[in-house]
Parts: sequence; structure tokens; C-alpha cells
Amino acid sequence: MARAVKTQRKIITTIAAWTIGLIIFFPIFWTILTSFKTEAQAINDPPLFFTFDWTFENYAVVQERSDYMKFLWNSVIIAGGSTLLGILVAIPAAWSMAFVPSKRTKDILLWMLSTKMLPAVGVLYPISLLFVEFNLLDTRSGLMVVLMLINLPIIVWMLFTYFKEIPGEILEAARMDGAKFKEEILYVLTPMAIPGIASTVLLNFILAWNEAFWTLNLTAAKAAPLSAFIASYSSPEGLFFAKLSAASTMAIAPVLILGWFSQKQLVRGLTFGAVK
Amino acid sequence: MGQIQLKQVTKTFGDVEVIPPLDLTIQDGEFTVFVGPSGCGKSTLLRLIAGLEDITAGHIEIDGKDATDVVPAKRGLAMVFQSYALYPHMTVRKNIAFPLRMAKLGKAEINKRVENAASVLNLTDYLERRPGQLSGGQRQRVAIGRAIVREPVAFLLDEPLSNLDAALRVGMRLEISELHKRLETTMVYVTHDQVEAMTMADKIVVLQAGRIEQVGSPLELYRTPCNTFVAGFIGSPKMNLITGGEAGKYDAHTIGVRPEHIDVVESGGQWKGTVGVAEHLGSDTFFHIHNTGLAEMVTVRAIGDVSLTHGDTIHLTPRAGEIHRFNAGGLRIA
Repeated sequence: MARAVKTQRKIITTIAAWTIGLIIFFPIFWTILTSFKTEAQAINDPPLFFTFDWTFENYAVVQERSDYMKFLWNSVIIAGGSTLLGILVAIPAAWSMAFVPSKRTKDILLWMLSTKMLPAVGVLYPISLLFVEFNLLDTRSGLMVVLMLINLPIIVWMLFTYFKEIPGEILEAARMDGAKFKEEILYVLTPMAIPGIASTVLLNFILAWNEAFWTLNLTAAKAAPLSAFIASYSSPEGLFFAKLSAASTMAIAPVLILGWFSQKQLVRGLTFGAVK
Repeated sequence: MGQIQLKQVTKTFGDVEVIPPLDLTIQDGEFTVFVGPSGCGKSTLLRLIAGLEDITAGHIEIDGKDATDVVPAKRGLAMVFQSYALYPHMTVRKNIAFPLRMAKLGKAEINKRVENAASVLNLTDYLERRPGQLSGGQRQRVAIGRAIVREPVAFLLDEPLSNLDAALRVGMRLEISELHKRLETTMVYVTHDQVEAMTMADKIVVLQAGRIEQVGSPLELYRTPCNTFVAGFIGSPKMNLITGGEAGKYDAHTIGVRPEHIDVVESGGQWKGTVGVAEHLGSDTFFHIHNTGLAEMVTVRAIGDVSLTHGDTIHLTPRAGEIHRFNAGGLRIA
């Protein structure tokens, strides 16, 4: 009886999980599918699922009209650079908040998050002025800094949560064993926090990769990343769904692949067995 | 060498004074146990000695040198934590070698010392495993191994056995005692278990609310507890503390008699009561007795198996020389 209920429950949750998963994935699936249709088939009513003439023409046209590699390279540098900068700032910050908290630590954490409560457009004008002032418009370094600052609260929060889970006694043990501060961070804390740091890096990379507001507003030709590459296909010339889809597919493919390969690393927990 | 001296050591957390000014000397080579109920400040005191907490006032001297402001790593002490605090990402070998690596010892020397410690602690077969693959007792031994390799001036052990099951606890208790006999290094051991304190210690420090109640050898504390707190805390089962008229007969506010110092007699004893629960252990029988008119409950230990059960009337006589007398302030009357 109990076992039957258990099996039934398992079937229900499995179906629910798959349904939710497929609903979430559907837009991406549809984008990829559309990228292989002709423009006419792309806007066909009723929508065509698999019964259309598969074509790679869109990809060829997109590549021909705009230099994919240039945008890709900009995306890699901007997303990678902002992530690296962010991590370098966030690790010491999260360490101090997690292991030597003060009375104000909670307030600081919340206050940091408050910067995310403002719509980005609210600070567009001052940031644009700063960019003009410092000659940062349409530069990769300027975007790196802005994207780093935008995502910094989230990185600090995530790392803080991961660090919090590391038992303080292990760090104290390292101190008793003669480890200096640097050695404690390098040999004990960081190896234990690697799964957490890895998922923070990945999430931040994806956020920076897909960021469109600042990249569209602060770049033109030179530093434009893939988000600008996609946007150039939803232009006033008319709607080119198939080409837009092809461009989108090309833009999301790298992170999709990256995420797929790193998922095992992300879920692996290392702390088991440290303390009873 | 490993003499530790605390001079007027004080610790406050915010407005709360957890350790009022306290003086204590732990002699070189001594096995000292801090014992007391939970929250009495015994772990805090150990962490102050380790340097993991800063003291608010006073001085700590190790081997005559002021160590008050010395960082934990430089005090030459090794600590075994209640949670073991092993490095989960390192093998047993690397865990034990870690303090030696931090001390920048040569590879050959490190290997020699690690293998040596491993063989002493029966860990040789587990050197390449990670802590997650070990049992509780083995993890405990790794934690001890990590402490002994660096040959510290003193060991600090913070309730090291409380995460082990009862059988293993008895075994590890013996192992730690033997280790102390062999190494002859100062050990400071924190526990809330008075049995551990009695069986292992050269010197017991009984703490309550951050204050030292009494310092002495296990048998000193057992024979001449200086107040009712120590009297009730040391010894198992607890000493019977009796107040009122019966105590008045002895010219005291409170008298204390240990369960093993009350004899069960056939009839006409000094005291009389009804058996509540009788615990038959084979070698001994513990009677928990009600309606004596002395205290809520009186506990008596009888040698062997005495066949009295629930509801039976029992006659008791305390042994004359074994009655402890205390005044109204709870202090021992000599």
C-alpha cells in the first residue's frame, strides 16, 4: 500500500518536472527550430513543427551579413572579464562577511542588494555621462566594469552563502595547524569552496553574456557583443524571424554548451565528511 | 615543556561576562580536564588558551612567556575539535601532513612523521582515503594524528569523544590516556562528562558560570568536594544532598551522602523509604527511593543483586565517616 503510494507519487512528480522543464525549454527549442525554416515557413499559420524544408540558408546569410566571430570574441572578453573582476572583488568581501561578521554585516548585504532594486534605465544617464567623460563609450573595458558592478551584489551573495556552509572550525583547525591567512585561504577555504565558486562564475558569466540593456546602449560597432548581434536582426527593415532565430541560436550556443559540460562540477558537494 | 598559566584571564562577549577574572596553572605534562555543565565556559576557556578567541583582560603564559597576543599558529599548541574539523578535500595522509607542511619541513621528514603517527594510531591502511570514507572513530584518530605529528608543547582537546557511540567512547578514552602516558605532553581536555574527567585526569578543574569551583585530583574532588555544586557534579550516580532536620542533627545546613555510602539493612536502619525504581546491573543495584522524608528522592547503590522491587519498604543506614557537611552558603564544613 505504502509502496504503491510512493510509486504513484514518483510518477506524478516526474511528469510534473518534465512538463515544467519542457515549458521552460520550449522557447529555446522553437528558436532553434525556426532557424532552420525559410522566412515564409517561419511565420506560417498554423505553426510548422517538423514538416518543413530544413535549410541552413539563414546561418549562411547571417554569417555573410555580419561577422559572427567579432561579436563572439567581444562577448567572451566582456563576460569573462567582468566575471573575473567580480570574483576577485567578491571572494575577499564574502570571506569577511561569512567568517568575521560585524554588527553591520547583514545591513551591508541588504544594502548591496538594494542596488538591484532600481531599474537599470534609472542610472542610464549618469553612467552614460561617466562613459563620455572617461572615453569609455564603445569600449570593452568600460562594459566589463559596468557589468561587473551590476552583477557584483549577486556574486557576493552567492559566495557568502557558499562560504557560510563551510564550518568555521575547519578554518580554525588550519590556524591551529600553523597556516597563515594566505595559506588558510589558498589551501583550505578555496578548495572547499570550488563547487560554489564554479557555479557562481558560471551564473555570472551567463548573466553577463546575455546582458542586453547596457551592451546595447553603451556600444556601437567596435565593442558590440552577441546581444547587439541578435538585436541587429530585429530591425525596422521588417521582421526576419528565421534569421533572427539563427542569430539567437548562434549567440546562445556557446553558453548552452558551457553549461552542459559544467553541470556535473556544479552539483558536486565537497564538504561531506569534514565534520560530523 | 608545556606549562600554561592563566593570570586574571577575563572574557566578555558584549555586556556578558562569560569568564570573570580567573587564575589557573597547568603544569608541564599534566592531564588537566575542564569539566562542568554546558554553558559553563569550559570550551571558551580552551579557545582562549588556543588563541582562537581574544581575551578581554589578563595574561596567558606558555612556558613562562607571555602568549596573550600571540596568534594561534605561533603558540605551539595543537587542538582536536569536537567536530574533528578534518580537511574534506585532502586524504588522510595530507590531513596529517598539513601542520608539517605549514612548518615548511622537508618531504622525507614529513613522510617519516606521518607514517609514524599513522602506525601509532592504526591508520596506515587508510592513508590514501578521504575523511568522508572513514568511520567516526577513524576520523577522530586522524584528528589526533594531525595534532601529534607536530610535537606540540600541549594538546587542547574540545569534547573529542562526544560524537562517538558509547562503546567507541570507552575505547578512545583508553587510547587517549595511553597516548598521554607515552608522550608525556601536557593535555587540556574539555568535557561535560564527569566519568571522562574522573577516569582520565591528573587534575580536574570544575567550572560553573565561568568560575572555577574547585581544582584537584579526581579523588580529592570525590572525597572532599568544597561545595554542594562539586559534590553533586562529581560522582555517579549523584551524591544525595539532604537539607532540613536530618542535616541539623549533623550541625549542618546540608549534608551529602554518596549512593555507595549508604547501606541497605534488613530492618531498623536510620532511614526508611519506598523503592521507586530499582536498576539491576548485575554487579550493583541502584535503588531510587521515595518517601524517606529526607529529600525528593534518595539514591542508593547496593553491591550485587538485591531483590527488592518497586513499592517495597527499604531500610537504610549511612556510613558514619562518609557524611559531607555543608553550611547555608553551600560551602563545606571541615
